[in-house]
Amino acid sequence: MVRNFGGFMLRALFTALTLFVLWLLMSGIYKPLIVWLGVASVLVAVMVVRRMDVVADKGRLEIKLKPFAIIGYWIWLMVEIVKSNWAVSKIILSPTMTLNRHHFNVPCTQKTDLGQTIFANSITLTPGTISVDVEDGSFLVHTVSYSDDSLSALADMDARVSKIESAVL
Amino acid sequence: MTLTLVVEIVSWMLILAGSAFTIIGAVGTLRFPNFWSRLHAASVSESAGMIFLVMGMCLQAGVTLVTVKLILIGAFIFITGPTSTHAVANAALMSGEKPESDVTGEKASKGET
Repeated sequence: MVRNFGGFMLRALFTALTLFVLWLLMSGIYKPLIVWLGVASVLVAVMVVRRMDVVADKGRLEIKLKPFAIIGYWIWLMVEIVKSNWAVSKIILSPTMTLNRHHFNVPCTQKTDLGQTIFANSITLTPGTISVDVEDGSFLVHTVSYSDDSLSALADMDARVSKIESAVL
Repeated sequence: MTLTLVVEIVSWMLILAGSAFTIIGAVGTLRFPNFWSRLHAASVSESAGMIFLVMGMCLQAGVTLVTVKLILIGAFIFITGPTSTHAVANAALMSGEKPESDVTGEKASKGET
């Protein structure tokens, strides 16, 4: 069932190592008994993951993203989050509270499920816009402060997310 | 000495900013008129409030294992927060809660499906 045994062993080893480092960072108690308990639970976890691979061998998530472009995107997203938080906070605190609620479709150009998820989550993460529904090739987005450049701002975000998907596809 | 003072000041500014955004989000959740706009207000506490609070607490904790845990907590909320907001919004849409629109006329028809 496992065609590529070397690759499988490498993956299992890498998973075990990652989980063990995570355990060491989380636990903070480095007595022999605790560390050995960590080793045991890592082994159990790797065994469970391996069995799940066998049950659903095509269900493994493949992360096809450019690692360095993600960092740039993430910094840009943080700035956007701060900007839109400020905008929504101003609406909340203004005495008149002028809302301009609207819902519209935003086309998405990502090729992978992961890319679409990142785009939809980025929309929701910036206050003032929420991704409500996924349709073929577009998202239904609800906004609390609709303006003429709402669509182009989201199209810009869409292009940025598409750019961090790796070109191997 | 001065460095600790700077770190202390910055971290408390971040914690205060995070608390302020959390309160603003709560106020918005109460003030906004209906379900859909309230979701937006709630996401203010969830994004800015959470990020500033975690950053401030990281500076308070310094280079320790606590900081690692805080960063992991932040990363998880960063992913699960919008996902659960989307789930709530989608469930509302599915159960027939119609999103309202304040935009009328020509502009509205441009954005409609």
